[in-house]
Amino acid sequence: MRDDHAFTFAGHAMVARASGALHWPSEGLLVVSDLHLGKSDRVARDGGALLPPYEVRDTLARLAADVAETAPRAVVSLGDTFDDMAAAATLAPADRDALTVLARGREWIWVTGNHDPAPTGLPGTAAEAVTCADVTFRHIAGDGPGPEVSGHYHPKARMRLRGRAVSRPCFLRDDARMILPAYGTYTGGLRSEDPALAALMAPNARAILAGSPMVEIPMPR
Amino acid sequence: MDLPAPLARYFADRGWSLHPHQAEMLARANEPSLLLIAPTGGGKTMAGFLPTLTELADGTHTGLHTLYVSPLKALANDIKRNLAMPIEEAGLPIRVEDRTGDTSQTQRKRQRADPPHILLTTPESLALMISYPDAARTFAGLKRIVVDEIHALAEGKRGDQLMLCLSRLQTLAPGLRRVGLSATVDEPAVIAHYLARHPDPCPILRADPGPAPDIAMLETRDAPPWAGAGGRYAIPDVLEAVKRHKTTLIFHNTRAQAEVFFHHLWLANEEALPIGIHHGALAREARLRVEAAMVAGELRAIVATGSLDLGIDWGDVDLVIQIGAPKKVKSLVQRIGRANHRYNAPSKARLVPANRFEVVECVAALDAVRDGTLDGDLRLDGPRDVLCQHIACVACAGDFDATTLFEEVRSVGPYSTLSRAAFDDCLDFVATGGYALRAYDRYQRLKQRADGTWGLRDPRAARLIRMNLGTIIDTDTLKVRFRGRGGLPLGEVEEGFAATLSKGDTFLMGGQVVRFEGLRELIVEVSPNPSKEPKVATFMGYKWSTSVQLADRIQEILHAGDFRAFPDHTREWLDLQLTRSRMPEPGRLLAETFPRDGREHLCLYGFCGRNAMQTLGLLVTRRMEEAGLDPLGFVATDYAVLVWGLRPVTEVAPLMANDGIRAALDGWLQGNAVMKRTFRNAAIIAGLIDRNFPGKRSSGKQATFSSDILYDTLHRYDPEHLMLRITEEEAMRGHIDFGRVELLLDTVEDRIDHVALDRVSPLAAPLFLEMGRVPIKGKAEGRMMAEEAARLMAEAGLPPD
Repeated sequence: MRDDHAFTFAGHAMVARASGALHWPSEGLLVVSDLHLGKSDRVARDGGALLPPYEVRDTLARLAADVAETAPRAVVSLGDTFDDMAAAATLAPADRDALTVLARGREWIWVTGNHDPAPTGLPGTAAEAVTCADVTFRHIAGDGPGPEVSGHYHPKARMRLRGRAVSRPCFLRDDARMILPAYGTYTGGLRSEDPALAALMAPNARAILAGSPMVEIPMPR
Repeated sequence: MDLPAPLARYFADRGWSLHPHQAEMLARANEPSLLLIAPTGGGKTMAGFLPTLTELADGTHTGLHTLYVSPLKALANDIKRNLAMPIEEAGLPIRVEDRTGDTSQTQRKRQRADPPHILLTTPESLALMISYPDAARTFAGLKRIVVDEIHALAEGKRGDQLMLCLSRLQTLAPGLRRVGLSATVDEPAVIAHYLARHPDPCPILRADPGPAPDIAMLETRDAPPWAGAGGRYAIPDVLEAVKRHKTTLIFHNTRAQAEVFFHHLWLANEEALPIGIHHGALAREARLRVEAAMVAGELRAIVATGSLDLGIDWGDVDLVIQIGAPKKVKSLVQRIGRANHRYNAPSKARLVPANRFEVVECVAALDAVRDGTLDGDLRLDGPRDVLCQHIACVACAGDFDATTLFEEVRSVGPYSTLSRAAFDDCLDFVATGGYALRAYDRYQRLKQRADGTWGLRDPRAARLIRMNLGTIIDTDTLKVRFRGRGGLPLGEVEEGFAATLSKGDTFLMGGQVVRFEGLRELIVEVSPNPSKEPKVATFMGYKWSTSVQLADRIQEILHAGDFRAFPDHTREWLDLQLTRSRMPEPGRLLAETFPRDGREHLCLYGFCGRNAMQTLGLLVTRRMEEAGLDPLGFVATDYAVLVWGLRPVTEVAPLMANDGIRAALDGWLQGNAVMKRTFRNAAIIAGLIDRNFPGKRSSGKQATFSSDILYDTLHRYDPEHLMLRITEEEAMRGHIDFGRVELLLDTVEDRIDHVALDRVSPLAAPLFLEMGRVPIKGKAEGRMMAEEAARLMAEAGLPPD
């Protein structure tokens, strides 16, 4: 079984990882999107359910594993790193330390999202967008010609096998645009059939299903 | 207690006299709790209300006097109609109202401030009333509570919740007397224990059971098919029977079967007899129309499922037809009770087995009815997810003392052995989430006040708690509407079924063939389709399984090898099983393997109940996965488990070795769909997950994440958490039976009769129609994904990259 999926995007060799992270080996770049750290905290604060408060720990553990395996020069968190600003402020000291350790010795860029204008008190720098070679990384897909990598939509795709349906977070890609799945443990997904996603992606777009095994299919729409 | 004069006159004017059990209910009106066992049609409900009507006749009581709780909304409506007649005609100063999920907000509010004398409600609505701060005032003068169809409630969590609410009511109204009304059950003492305030005694009053029912198999011109569930072969005979009777109720075990049957019945109905259909997935409007037509006597027959099961009075039903084996003897007897609502006439019922195996089941069920043995599995261990919800519900009404609440809970039969530590775990869960990591100190749901009492930290949380009250977990369903045409609602299908549909697929809904057009904002849009045969024959529905007792009888019948009691066709079918394969033998295990439809199958006949057969399915699939046999899933019934996968099983014995089932299932069990499903239900009831409310779910946003993620996260970081312990308890109670599997494996040892076949055996054929398939997410799924992905890419002309 393959636990990652290599492909070419806008002429660059890239790897989609089972975890939902994007690895660009030649640039030493690891990209993750929509971590939504502190979601359980935010839900409780809003008077909602008291969810198991372990999702920050779990998300960071997976991120640490990805960093250890890819040893990136730079890590880009593609926005919505925190579920909201208050969640960023109340990050537990142990989790803050874990992030600091991860960021040590490499460049770390927090692209600002719609939930978190700019995280404070953490290593790394904030930016509205990042460009690497000719590829722009931003939170929400823009109108430009690309090539561009974004997050925000939490895409997921479904495959119908005989007698069962498998639904997984997915990478969507066409010639000029890629949308990453949500990386955070407590994140849901938006079906690739949704008009918002269908409108963004070209007719020949593909979906790479995260998880194990990773497979690539025509984007279900 | 004597009947008050106006009521006595009302009865005398009509030449009616009280049944002996009705008179006795009146005489023993002051018992703190009393259980009445009476057959349907025995004036059970009137017996329950006579003391109330008598006590209220002089008009001196103000406020709520009697609370009537029934499992069905429709039943509350029905009772309201039935009470209106004597109250109006005897001129009694009594106000009766109902309060269900259909009652308007304004009406509900008024009812709490100015309650009627008699309030008719459901367990869920009662829980809601108890959650309001004015509950103490609403229920202050309450004298009696009548729990109808208590045998049905006592089988599940709705009953547990109701009994917890009763313990609260008993505190608010100390003089409260309890009456339970039950159909005939095997162990009335168990229900009595359930009803009474523990440890008070609960006397049982038995009504004359009436004449024995006239019940047999329907004679049909054509033989039932080998497999199949719909009973279509019997349509001409059923139509004949309908013509010969005034009103016929035709029961099916699933909605899908009811739909298919109704569709074909209608096609064959050349005389255009008025026939209706009624099941829980139909739109409310459609259901109410059928109910009204039924009450008005306009229908000659009604095709129905369990939504009509309980004691609704549908007037002049003189024949009940059961299509498909009744699965549970008790439900058969209660369904028979629908016919002939006159106390002294025998009820008439005919069974239509849908396939040849069901002929065996029907013979076994008829034997059981004749022997008077009813099955039923009652629970005495109060589930803790329900307790968690009750604690939150009580907190909504105001601050409470933990010890007082604990004592109250212990007065509920099923919770009478609850330990203080177990109670405190639940309280801690409601208050803080109960996590090893104390993360929510600032956001605790409940706070302990300075005086030691507990209450909501933020009173606004009450709204969310109230929205999540109740113990019925619906599978997520989607509404079905016609595209355009004003979006006429047709009913609902399960989300899982909708997910398998492609544009152009046709299926049955409300008795007509419709064509799937697409999903729009979580609405399944369809168009009418003139074809007679739907392409997709079925959609999921309520899962029935044969009771363990009935499975035992079936095994005995098969083993005895004496098939003289069977019609020719079934005898031939069983003989064919003997020719093609063999019969299961006691002390041995029959294992059949065969290919079918591109999959390799293994069928094991254990006859040890669905829970144990399901556990055996888990064990076998785990060992198959380890052996690289690529299992894909299994389905269990009370007598067998059918496993399918990509590769054939050639050696059965290694799969059946008993080297510690618990250890063998460690890890496999917790990752299985059975456990995740159990967790989800328990987590919703306990308040960890909000119910998905229609309207709250939006299609355009990133949807809420699945409960499986919470389950996996808890396992990883907090394996001792209360919700996981509850999940395990629930699984052991409802789905997993280690003990019986171990007994089976030890008894069988190497006495395995493996028959390798080139196609499905006669005995295995019915298993292909069973609901409740459990998928195995192993290597085979990955292999299938890779193949399907390659096919899709090639089809789309996209090069692999």
